[in-house]
Amino acid sequence: MLKIHDLHVAVDGTEILNGIDLDLKAGEVHAIMGPNGSGKSTLANVLAGRDGYDVTGGGVTFKEHDLLGMAPEERAREGLFLAFQYPVEIPGVATTTFLKHAVNAVRRHRGEEEVDAMGFVKLAREKGRALGIDDAMLKRPVNAGFSGGEKKRLETLQMALLEPGLAILDETDSGLDIDALKTVADGVNALRTEDRAMLVITHYQRLLDYIVPDRVHVLAQGRIMRSGDKDLPAELERQGYADLVNPAA
Amino acid sequence: MSDVSGQVEGLAGEQYKYGFVTDVEQELAPRGLNEDIIRLISEKKGEPEWLLEWRLNAYRGWQGMEEPRHWPKLTFEKIEYQNLHYYAAPKQQAKPESLDEVDPELLRTYEKLGIPLQEQEWLAGVAVDAVFDSVSVATTFREQLEEQGIIFCSMSEAVQNHPDLVRRYLGSVVPKTDNFFAALNSAVFTDGSFVYIPPGVKCPMELSTYFRINASETGQFERTLIVADKGSYVSYLEGCTAPQRDENQLHAAVVELVALDDAEIKYSTVQNWYPGDAEGRGGIYNFVTKRGACRGKNSKISWTQVETGSAVTWKYPSCVLQGDNSVGEFYSVAITNNHQQADTGTKMIHIGRNTRSTIISKGISAGQSNQTYRGLVKVLPRGEGARNFTQCDSLLIGGRCGAHTVPYVESRNPDAQLEHEATTSKIDEDQLFYCRQRGIDPEEAVSLVVNGFCKDVLQKLPMEFAVEAQKLLGISLEGSVG
Ligand SMILES: Nc1ncnc2c1ncn2[C@@H]1O[C@H](COP(=O)(O)OP(=O)(O)OP(=O)(O)O)[C@@H](O)[C@H]1O
Ligand SMILES: [Mg+2]
Repeated sequence: MLKIHDLHVAVDGTEILNGIDLDLKAGEVHAIMGPNGSGKSTLANVLAGRDGYDVTGGGVTFKEHDLLGMAPEERAREGLFLAFQYPVEIPGVATTTFLKHAVNAVRRHRGEEEVDAMGFVKLAREKGRALGIDDAMLKRPVNAGFSGGEKKRLETLQMALLEPGLAILDETDSGLDIDALKTVADGVNALRTEDRAMLVITHYQRLLDYIVPDRVHVLAQGRIMRSGDKDLPAELERQGYADLVNPAA
Repeated sequence: MSDVSGQVEGLAGEQYKYGFVTDVEQELAPRGLNEDIIRLISEKKGEPEWLLEWRLNAYRGWQGMEEPRHWPKLTFEKIEYQNLHYYAAPKQQAKPESLDEVDPELLRTYEKLGIPLQEQEWLAGVAVDAVFDSVSVATTFREQLEEQGIIFCSMSEAVQNHPDLVRRYLGSVVPKTDNFFAALNSAVFTDGSFVYIPPGVKCPMELSTYFRINASETGQFERTLIVADKGSYVSYLEGCTAPQRDENQLHAAVVELVALDDAEIKYSTVQNWYPGDAEGRGGIYNFVTKRGACRGKNSKISWTQVETGSAVTWKYPSCVLQGDNSVGEFYSVAITNNHQQADTGTKMIHIGRNTRSTIISKGISAGQSNQTYRGLVKVLPRGEGARNFTQCDSLLIGGRCGAHTVPYVESRNPDAQLEHEATTSKIDEDQLFYCRQRGIDPEEAVSLVVNGFCKDVLQKLPMEFAVEAQKLLGISLEGSVG
C-alpha cells in the first residue's frame, strides 16, 4: 500500500527527516510514536502533499504509484486521508457543504454518482451520530469555534465518509476525553479491513489499547530508531525516549 | 508543486462563458452626440416636450463637466464620446403581446444565458422586464401586478402611460447633472425600468430585469426608477451578462430609488459583464450612479451587490437617509481578476434623526487586478442619534493584485456613533490545503473559501439569486488558481 524509501525532507534548508523507511501493507495498522519535534507531523504532511517541504532524497510509492509526483487532491481521491493534528477553521463554509464537496470529489474520481443534497445530509447525520456529532455542529462553519475534541471527532467523521484506503491519523487522540477516545477508536476500527491500511501517530498507549497496531515505530531525530510489535508502547511508557534519542549516552 | 500564489501567475484567465453575439438586425442612430441626436432619441420615443427639455439641459450641463479620471484609483482608455451610437433598437414590427411574439433569436439569447423566460414565468414566479439593448422586448406577469396597482414597465412606457409619476420623481434622487456620467445618461438614456408600488402594497414577487449589452459600439444608458409609496415593500433584482467583444463598451446607468414613509426597497444586483480577456483587452466600462432616497420616516433601502464583471467599475450605490428612523444598508461582494479594476463603495448620508446605516463590503482581488473600497459616511447637524457600522474586508489571491480601503467620515453631529472595521488578508494556504486534502480541486477550494468569506453578504440576497451568485463567484475566480 505505502512504501517509503530512504526519505529525506528539509524545511527552509534544515533537514527534518533523514532517511525514513517504512512498508505499510494493506490490512495493516502501524503506529508512529516519538518525542515532540521528531518529525511525525512532517512525515504526515509530506505524504499528504503539503507545500513548504523539500524532499531532498528517497521516495514514496502509494499503491505502486509515485506518491510525491501527485497533487494533494489526487492523493486524496486515490484514497489517502490525513486526519490533521491541527484541523483548520474555514469561516462561513457550512460543515455539511464542505463535506459534500469532498465526498463528491472523491466519488466523481471513482466514477460513482454524486450524492444529492438531501441524501448527503442523511448520510452525514447518520455517521455523525455514531461519533457524537449532532446536526447543529454540521450546520456550523467548518471547525469554527469547535472545541479541540470536537475538531478531532469531525476529522474522524470525514474519514468515515470518505472511506480512504490509507488513513494517516496525526494525534487524533489528543484532546479527546475518555469516552470520545473510545468513540473515535470505534470509528477507526470500523474502517479496518483487509484492503485498508492506517498510520496512527500518537503519544499515548491509551489509543493503541483500542486500536491495536501490527507494528509500532519510534521516530526520533528524523529517523525511525526502533520498531516493534504492539508491546513496544508499554516499554516506552516505562522508559521514555531517552535511550533512543541519545543511544550513545 | 508550487504554492497557490505561484499558480495564480501562470494561468490564463477564464473563458468568458457568456460571450456570444446575437444576430438581430439593429436600427442604429448615426455616431456622435449633439442636440439633434437627443432630439432624435426623444422623437423616436414619442416623448413629451418637458422630457426633451430635461434631456437637453442635462446635455448642456454635461458639456461643461469632466470625466472622473483623477480621483478614483482607475486607469482607462480615452472614451470617444463622439464615436458612439446613442440609439439602437432591435427591428420589430409591433410590441409583443406575449412571449410567442418575441423574436426567437432573442429568446435563444436568453436561453444561452440560462434565463429561459417561459421557465421563469412558470417555475420561479418572477416577473421579468427583459432589456435587449435599449428597448424592452418582453414583460411578463404584468397583469398579476396590475391587479395590485403595481406598475412595472419599461421607462419608455412609463413616460407614455404614467407621465406624472415619472415627472415627479425622475432626477429627484440623482439630479440630471449630478456627475459626468449621470448627466450623460440623463441626456441620452434610451430605456430602463420603472416600478411604482402603491401605498400599503407588498409586492408579491421579486421583480427582475436582465440587462444585456449587444449592439456593437452602442453605449448603454439605462435609467431605472423605483418608487415605493407609503408602507409598501418591493424587492428588485438586477442581473446582467454581455457577449464577448474586443472594443471597450461604455455603460453609464442611473438607478434612482425613492422610499416614502414606512416603505422598504431591497435592490439586489448580480453584475457579470464581460471583464476583458486575460491580457486586459476589451471588457465593459461600467460607470454607474445608483442612489436611494429614504425620503419618509421609518423607510429602508438596502443595496446588495455581487460584482464580478466589467473591465472598469465605478460605482457607489448610496442612501440618503432623510426620514427620521430611516435605515440604509449596503452589502457588497466585489471580485476582480486578471486586469480588472474596481473603485466601488457606498455613501450613507445621515440627515434625519435616529437614522442607521450598515456597510459590509467584501473585496476579493486576484490576478493583476486592482480594487478600491471608497466609502463615505456623513452625518448632518440635525442627524441626532445617527449610527453607522462599517466593515470592509479584503482578500488577496496571489501576489500581484491590489486592495485599497478609503473610508471618509464626516460627522457634524457629536452624538453620532460611527464604527469602522477593516481587514486585509491573503487567502489562507492552510485552508486551501485542508480542502485539497479532502479531494477538492484547487479552484473549487478557492471558490469555497471565497464563498465563506462572502457569506455575510450572500445571505442577504434573495434565495434564487444567491445560488446564481455563488456559481458566479466560482466562475469569476476560474484561472486564479491551477
Ligand atoms: N514549516 C516549518 N518551518 C520550520 N520548522 C518546521 C516546520 N515544520 C516543522 N518544522 C520543525 O520540524 C521539526 C519536526 O516537527 P513536527 O511537527 O514534524 O514534529 P512532531 O513529531 O509532529 O511533533 P509533535 O509531537 O509535537 O506533534 C520541529 O523541530 C519543527 O519545529
Ligand atoms: Mg505533530
